[in-house]
Amino acid sequence: MKTENLFIQGNEASARGAIKAGCRFFGGYPITPSTEVAENIAIFLPKVGGTFIQMEDEIAALGAVIGAVWSGVKAMTATSGPGFSLMQEHIGYAAMTETPLVIVDVQRGSPSTAQPTMASQSDMMQARWGSHGDYEIIALAPSSVQECFDFTVEAFNLAEKYRVPVMVMSDEIVGHMREKITIPEKVDVLARQMPFEGPEEFLPFKAAPDGTSAMPAFGDGYKMHVTGLTHDERGYPDASNPEGHFQLVKRLCDKIRKHTDEISRVKNYYTDDAEIVVLSYGIPTRPSLKAVSMARDQGLKVGFIKLDTVWPFPEKTILEGVGGAKRVVVVEMNLGQIFYEVQRVLSGVKVELLPKIGGEIHLPEEILQKIKLQGGL
Amino acid sequence: MRKEIRIAGFGGQGIILAGIVIGKAAALYDGLKAVQTQSYGPEARGGASRTELVLSDEEIDFPKVQSPDILVAMSHEALIKYLDDLKDGGTLIVDPDLILEDEIRPFVEEHNINLYRAPATRTAQEEIGLAIVANIVMIGAITAITKVITEDAARKAVADSVPPGTEKKNFSAFEAGLKMV
Repeated sequence: MKTENLFIQGNEASARGAIKAGCRFFGGYPITPSTEVAENIAIFLPKVGGTFIQMEDEIAALGAVIGAVWSGVKAMTATSGPGFSLMQEHIGYAAMTETPLVIVDVQRGSPSTAQPTMASQSDMMQARWGSHGDYEIIALAPSSVQECFDFTVEAFNLAEKYRVPVMVMSDEIVGHMREKITIPEKVDVLARQMPFEGPEEFLPFKAAPDGTSAMPAFGDGYKMHVTGLTHDERGYPDASNPEGHFQLVKRLCDKIRKHTDEISRVKNYYTDDAEIVVLSYGIPTRPSLKAVSMARDQGLKVGFIKLDTVWPFPEKTILEGVGGAKRVVVVEMNLGQIFYEVQRVLSGVKVELLPKIGGEIHLPEEILQKIKLQGGL
Repeated sequence: MRKEIRIAGFGGQGIILAGIVIGKAAALYDGLKAVQTQSYGPEARGGASRTELVLSDEEIDFPKVQSPDILVAMSHEALIKYLDDLKDGGTLIVDPDLILEDEIRPFVEEHNINLYRAPATRTAQEEIGLAIVANIVMIGAITAITKVITEDAARKAVADSVPPGTEKKNFSAFEAGLKMV
């Protein structure tokens, strides 16, 4: 297949990205506004020898995905707020068992079932903290149909590299709008790492203090034991060992935390001489960038930071991007989530929130007004 | 140049497909940037249906339509619902058999609206023998009146978007729409 240009929805782009990245299993349960991801991948998967299963609910959907991954394939699901809530139990299990998988969360108005056909970014903290316990995940936030494709590919590669659940935090607007995208003939795909050792020597959960291990599948001939209980290097339960628990959970966190710079994708615009910096992620980055260029046209020294990865939180990169600016405006479609992270990182900087809920994206004019207010202009 | 287009009517008229075809024509064949969005929800079934397009020769930062330059109304309900948003001096294309023109005449005069009548549904029935291609007739009319996309790009996008085997009828529908102006 050659490079092709298509005019499609963000949700279809996510499905196409998954196929390109080597996804061969989808376990899901339809929910607006994510359903087109499942619809499209249900068409694509059988053509590449993959499997699509509609499960009885979202708990089972992610359970099926985890099972598929341990049988040796790359797997994903897609959902929205209420379904994402149901998946939290298994997200913790995937983190504890180091199961690489991808979840596309097409965010809608919330809490509860709220606004199925309207957009929000209200699951951002749930993505980070939704399951119980200390763990780390990776989350990306697409703002265009092209990014829905690119970030889904990236999500599969990051999942394999760090053996961690990776979330593509899409939303109703970017999921449903159509734009032109370019699908390259080939994308860089990271294959699952198989052990160098033979089955007698290999320990499935033995890793460097900030790393992960190779991952053979059930049936490959290795001794595999997978449990959500605290486990030793063999994977056997070892739940009453304080030191063993500390080493394991610390490693699960450190394999992400200590690689934050490697994982982070952050774009800076006009930040070099900026006195005020606007920071956003996902769909509101588009009116934000427009507002910032309007401000520049009016001679205001305003910069913009776009977070393509939101988790792990790119603290160092944000500090560098903000530089000497004394004022920051965080633009997000919720009543304040990532705002508090920015505030935590930027002590000594006046950080303000421009929230929006209801389902519609911020207008560039609203953001420009906030920039001027924040700057006392 | 940034052009905002809204096409509205009722569910079943192929309003959304019309938006997709124009978006494809612009983005894939005319080298423009295009974003297509649509009304999405219970009202899309049987009731009102709406699609919106932003076309530009630059990157499209704000993906939604704020106040359209072009409004295409294929039902009276849609016309009344969306007319107020149309820019002063904007272009209004209506299917005259599906609307009551008297009701909008004062607005059209007051806001210097360029009003075009494109009888897409009647043309589809009488010339093509298929009411279902009214949306493609309307694409022809939109192309000829507004020139936001080229005829060639529109033809390619129609070919891409209609079910295999129906190309001939749809091309005839498109040509009939072009000739309406």
